[in-house]
Formats: sequence, C-alpha cells, structure tokens
Amino acid sequence: MSNRIITPVKEFEDLLPQEYKDLVADGPFFAEKGVDDLGTFKEIMEQHPHCAGCGEALGMRLVLAGLPTPQDTLIIGTPGCSFFGLAQTALNYSNTAFGNQNAVASGLKRMLQIRYPDKHKDVVVMVGDGGIADIGLDYTLHSWFRKEKITTIMLDNEVYGNTGGQESGMSKEGKVLNMAPTGKKFPKIPVFELAKTSGCCYVAKVTIASPKKIGKVIRRAILIAREIGPTYVQLFTPCPTNLKFAPDQTLKVAKEAEKDYYPFEEFISDDAAAYLAKVEQAKGDGKS
Amino acid sequence: MNIEQKNVSPEHILFEAPRDKAFITGSEAVAEAVKRANIDMSIAYPITPQSESMHLIGDLYAQGYIKDYYRAENEFAVMAAVHGASLGGGRVFTATSGPGTLRAAEMFPVWAGSRQPIVCGFMCRGISLPPSIQPENIEMTFLLDSGMLMFHAENAQDFFDMILKGYAIAEKPDVHLPVGVFVDGFFTTHTREIVMLPPEDIRLSPYDPKCSPVPAFDMETPPMRVVRDPLLNKSNFISYAANASWHQEILAAAERSKKYINHYMNGLIEVDNPKAKILIAASGTAVAQSREAIRDLQAEGIDVGLIKVKSIRPFPEKEIQAATENAEIIIVPEFNAGGWLAREIKASLDHNSRVISAPRIFGGMPMPKELIVNEVKHAIKKRA
Repeated sequence: MSNRIITPVKEFEDLLPQEYKDLVADGPFFAEKGVDDLGTFKEIMEQHPHCAGCGEALGMRLVLAGLPTPQDTLIIGTPGCSFFGLAQTALNYSNTAFGNQNAVASGLKRMLQIRYPDKHKDVVVMVGDGGIADIGLDYTLHSWFRKEKITTIMLDNEVYGNTGGQESGMSKEGKVLNMAPTGKKFPKIPVFELAKTSGCCYVAKVTIASPKKIGKVIRRAILIAREIGPTYVQLFTPCPTNLKFAPDQTLKVAKEAEKDYYPFEEFISDDAAAYLAKVEQAKGDGKS
Repeated sequence: MNIEQKNVSPEHILFEAPRDKAFITGSEAVAEAVKRANIDMSIAYPITPQSESMHLIGDLYAQGYIKDYYRAENEFAVMAAVHGASLGGGRVFTATSGPGTLRAAEMFPVWAGSRQPIVCGFMCRGISLPPSIQPENIEMTFLLDSGMLMFHAENAQDFFDMILKGYAIAEKPDVHLPVGVFVDGFFTTHTREIVMLPPEDIRLSPYDPKCSPVPAFDMETPPMRVVRDPLLNKSNFISYAANASWHQEILAAAERSKKYINHYMNGLIEVDNPKAKILIAASGTAVAQSREAIRDLQAEGIDVGLIKVKSIRPFPEKEIQAATENAEIIIVPEFNAGGWLAREIKASLDHNSRVISAPRIFGGMPMPKELIVNEVKHAIKKRA
C-alpha cells in the first residue's frame, strides 16, 4: 500500500476521525518504527477490551510494533481471546472458522503473490495456543511441510482463555484447570521442536518480559518468511484471569517462566542465516 | 498454455459463441468449464467421485491455464485455503463429495458471510454409516441454510454451463455469494455424453475485486481500521442488530440473484406440459429418469408434466406455486433417504397432501423409470 492511499484529500480531511488522522500523520506505516520507539508514535493497536493485566494484549502490542512493513501486513487469526484486540487494529485482520488459520493464510499468501508479484505482502498468523497446538495443529504443520511463506505466531497463555479457563495442549503438566479437574496428564506439546523438524526456517521462543527480543525475532521471522520459507515465533503471554494471579504480576510471572522453563531460544536454518546476514548487513543493524 | 485465450463476457461465452459437440464425462466437463473460467487458483483434495475432475484441473495448471494449484491436507483445509485465496481478491474453484462436504462444512457459511463469489463443485455421494461411495445427494440437505446459492445439474451439459453461469451470477456486485454446483456422482461424473462446448480460445474476463461489496483483503483499501468479517460476538444490542442485519443482507443478496438466474439459466425451474394434472417435480439425475418415466406414461395415455428444479437456493417457491396451481398429484422422486426436495416443495405449497415424496432411492441403487411410473399409477389409484 502506498501512503497516497491512506492520505485523505484536503477537502475531506476534517470529516475523518482524529484517530485516523493520527495514524496517517504519526502512525508506523511509512516511517519505520519499532519496539524501541513505543510511546513516540500512534500505534496500530492502542485500545483493546482485554482483561486487566492481560499478557496477550501486551504481546500483541509488542508484535505489532515489531512488524517491519505494517502497511503491507495482513493478519489471520482464529476465534479466541486474541481476536478482540486484533479486530481493532489498523491492519486487515480476519478470523473465520476454528483452527483453520494456517490454511487460510496459505491461500491468501499465494493469491497475493499472484496479484502483487513485485511486492512483499506479509501474511502473519497470530492466534492462541489452543488454535495452533490443538484444533489447528494439522493445518499448522501442513503449512510448514508445504513451505508456505508465512509467519506463524503463537500467543501462548497456556490455557483456553476466552471460553473460560480450560486445559489446552500447551498447559503445563499437572495444572488443574477446567476440563482437567485432576490436573493435566501430559506435558506441553512441543510445537517449538515440531516447527524445527517440519520445515520452519526460523523458530524463536520468547516471553513478554523481553520486549526488545520480541521486536528482533518478529522482524527476523517476517523477513525470512518473505524469501526463504515458513517461520514460527512462540510468545509466552500469561493470563492472570484464568491462571489466577494478580493482574499486576503478569511481567513477574513471565520473568520467572523465562528463568524456569521458558528460556529464550532461537533456531535458524543455514539458508535463512545467510539471507539474514545479508539483509541485516545491508541495513547496518540487527535493529530490534 | 497451448493456446492464447481471449477474455470475453459471460453473455458471449454462454449465449453467442458457436458450440461444438464433445463426447465427454461429467468430470471432463468440469475441466472444460474451468479451462474457460479464467481461474486464478484451485486447491484439491481427493475423494471419490470428485477426484478425477480435480486431477484434470491439475493438468490445466500444469498447462498454464491456472496460476496456482496444490493438494491440501483435507477438505476443511481446502475450503479454508480457498476462502483465504478469495479474500486475497482472485477467482477460485474447488470441488468435493459427500463426507468431504461434511468435513468442510464449517467453511460454507463463512464463504457466504464473507460475501465471496467462490464456485464449488459437489459430486454428491453417500455419507456413512454404512459407508457408500455411490450416488446419493443427501449432503445437499446439510447445506440448504448455509447462505450458498445451490444449483443442481441434471447432466454433464448442465454441469459445464452451471459452473460458468455460477461465476457470472456469483460475481454480480449485488449478489457476491458462493455458488455450489451439485451433481449426482458417478451417474454424471463417470458417464460419457454429448456436451456442446464453446471454443477453447475464449474465457471469462478476470474477476474484478473492486466490484465486491466488501473490500479485498490486501491492505490496499483505506480506511485500514476495518474488521473484514461480520461483527464480533460482543454482548450488546447494537452488535446483535448488526449481526442480524448482516445475515439478512445475505438472504437479500440471494433474493437479488434470482434476476440473474433467470437471465443466465433461463429460470429457476423449467416446466414441461404445465397443464397436466399430474406433475413430477425433480432435480439432478432424477429429472432425466423422470423424463423416461413420462415417455412411458404418455404412451399409456396418462398425461404427466415435469418440473425441473434447477435452483435449490434460492428456492423457487413462487415459481413452483404457479406451476402446480392446477396439479392434483405432485410426485417427487429423489436420490436420498431424507426426501429434502419433497419437504421444500411441501413447505412452499397450499394443499400439500398433493405432494408424494417417492420414490426415494439411496445406498447406490439406481432409479429405474418403472419405479416412478409405479408411483404415479399408485397415486392415481389411491386418489380414485
């Protein structure tokens, strides 16, 4: 999208809502912004209806701030907590049926390559842990096997949040939750490891306690998906409402998880590493 | 691509272009339609009896008639990916059968709700249990309220034409709904018949996403702060009202499609011998068998007329009411156990005890014309 498309003509400018005008004047669309710049520009998701202390809302905000080219980014979701915030972003966002996100994204990415052969349209899947690890696991894996050039981001809050705190495949073993009245009987599904063996060229695991790392991995994941192949980012976004901790403890919970069992990990294939070295060198950064 | 194709209007390809005879199967007729439909992308998953047509469409991709094609992991993935591709603003085609239709069913109301002019072939077959791959159209009853337009082909010629007509109708700005083109599997897909085809050096003009009532999902249409799909389930009256009006608009769009169905398909129904007191009303291959039964009955001096129901959604309620005004007996033969067409017709008519839901054939059995003849005679006897 060129900035001419969003810039209103003078005659109609005063009819548009202030929010829209702010996005045009101070948004992230045509002046490159990142996680480091938060607080200095109009964000594409500012308001959201999530619970107080929601880790997922913070995770989405950081991911969106890390998008390298938001003006050409399209997000595919699935019903769940994430759709409340994402539906209010200044991006094209679609969620339709349950768990089908990587199949929808495959069709969309291919059609956008047909319609815009000379442009990068970044198709990003952003959904919860249940959407990827349970109901959508086969579609996720198959999109990776097929080497679809899309980025998949899991907002892992280790529980079904929107439906009221049920066990998901990503819940911790032993955790007592709705539908797991005597505790979960098996460990977290190893989606991170599956991504590495299923065709992803770049895989990262990070928590919301490390915002700069989020900015960096999102940028890398999207750039690599443009040229090399599928990428996966697993983002720990704890849920105070359903995991029963105080809303002001979210970052503390994330920090502790980072120490205990959710350490930062990054995997990059040789061809993706070579490509990344080229683009990061050309840009002179490794910008986060 | 072996040949250069010229883009033409639906009117030209359907009504004006000369046609030549081809002796082909229904599956081949699908490929002939897709070859002339200027499809951007097609996605396949095997199931009998649909598979052959999607192999042939794969060949069209290899020959350059289609820009992208792949085999997906199951039918739900196919229908989801086709949805994604259509969101991206291009023209798509796919097809499935029976259990595949049901596996994918969550996506069909999504297509309608997203106002996508997707055309999908349904080569109908039995649904388990007990398992059957044989012709039967019970799957249609599950889709009646999916928001999709539904056309039922009698033969390979109908199948060919209804796919192209499906795009013409679906893509009208005031329609923009998905179209399902249904045939009874095997009877139509795996038998050869004469199909009249327009030349292969013409094809439909490309789909124009700017003619859609909702913007294409490509980050090229301001304002960007839009939810592409109908409203989220927030718990307040405004959300409920907005959601309800969105659904009403889908129904209204189907109603508006009637004028285009009349134009391109020469009516939602076709009636032969409307003055007869005895009518057979049918859709799909049951129409062809009814024609045979009527020939025998006429030879015996029993006057019987025929209503061929081409459009199942929108349902031709008023047209059937008018056509059956003087009918005393309405026989509805069907290839399914449920008798969904008879139910639809009964719900449309006054004095619906005139409607006889028989014969109902399923499990892979054929429908010999004698069964229909017997039903007619039985009904006459009962009435006397």
